[in-house]
Amino acid sequence: MNLEKYILAVITTNPSKVSGNTAIFTCETKEEMEYVAGNLEAILDGIAHGLGDDLYVIVKH
Amino acid sequence: MNEYTYPILFGVIFGLLTRLYMLRTDYRQYPTYLHGKIIHVALGFIAAGLGTVAVPSIMEQEFTAITFLTLAASQFREVRNMERNTLTELDQYELVTRGNTYIEGIAVAFESRNYLVIFTSFVATFAYLVWNIWAGILAGIIALLISKKLMAGGRLKDIVDIEFVEPRFEGAGLYVDNIYIMNIGLPARQKEILKYGMGFVLKPKNFNVRSTIANLGQRQAILHDVSTALGVYRDSGTPALVPLAKRDLDDGRVGIFVLPQEKDVEKAIAIIGQVPTLENAIRMPTESKANKKGRRLE
Repeated sequence: MNLEKYILAVITTNPSKVSGNTAIFTCETKEEMEYVAGNLEAILDGIAHGLGDDLYVIVKH
Repeated sequence: MNEYTYPILFGVIFGLLTRLYMLRTDYRQYPTYLHGKIIHVALGFIAAGLGTVAVPSIMEQEFTAITFLTLAASQFREVRNMERNTLTELDQYELVTRGNTYIEGIAVAFESRNYLVIFTSFVATFAYLVWNIWAGILAGIIALLISKKLMAGGRLKDIVDIEFVEPRFEGAGLYVDNIYIMNIGLPARQKEILKYGMGFVLKPKNFNVRSTIANLGQRQAILHDVSTALGVYRDSGTPALVPLAKRDLDDGRVGIFVLPQEKDVEKAIAIIGQVPTLENAIRMPTESKANKKGRRLE
């Protein structure tokens, strides 16, 4: 099977919103979350999509 | 030397000139200098030869000789394959890909141009042999003009109205006019996109055009041409910075989002207008029988 899109990581300041067996990064502040998401975007060649103020997902397209 | 030497020479030269005339390296930088050109000039020479010698062979009542034109057909189908393979191979290394529909269009054009060369050579040689060299030149020029007419395709500006719209964000969603393009989370990335991004809305002029510009290949061709002509703010490993074209499902308008290096609205509109309408993308729903009676689709 060839997956076209896949969630590589989840970055959040509100860990109660996410669970499951993907990489979840919990951050203290919004700035930290943006910093982590920006770095992960570059590292993973994915796009950081925003699903609200406290939740980013890195998706491989 | 015999009575056919000069007519054959004449036909071959005329055919070769036709091929050179139709061989343009433009902003697409395709065919490439110099080797890409040599391939096409050489094949044009073969095509001109085939078209030319068909005439004396008919005149000598060597009718079976005409069968070698079938050889030409298979030969030039190879040209199409060659173009397709080369471009498809190269496409994966483009920052903004051409897309298969565009590639197929280019490949078909290269094949058909060789047939136009055969046609021109044939007509020119025929006129030379039947009348004289002046008639040959005249017939050749007429054939050349017909070839030019057959070769020229439609442009996007003939079928759509192009309007510049500044892209904007609603939350994490990027919009061009009211057309949703994509979701960009990071504020830093959003700033980049607003700084470099340009949005355009293509408004179809009639019902047929809706389906044509909805074609994914046609949309990719627009993105490729704009990115080629104006540069692109993008690199490998930055998938968020990607030119995209999305469709308004309500009325068939297409929102184009590009990231040019040179942000010039007028130039960009001119470039989008010059994008060829790909013959593989053209649809004619109004030509269907069901649409001939009753309420017309507009």
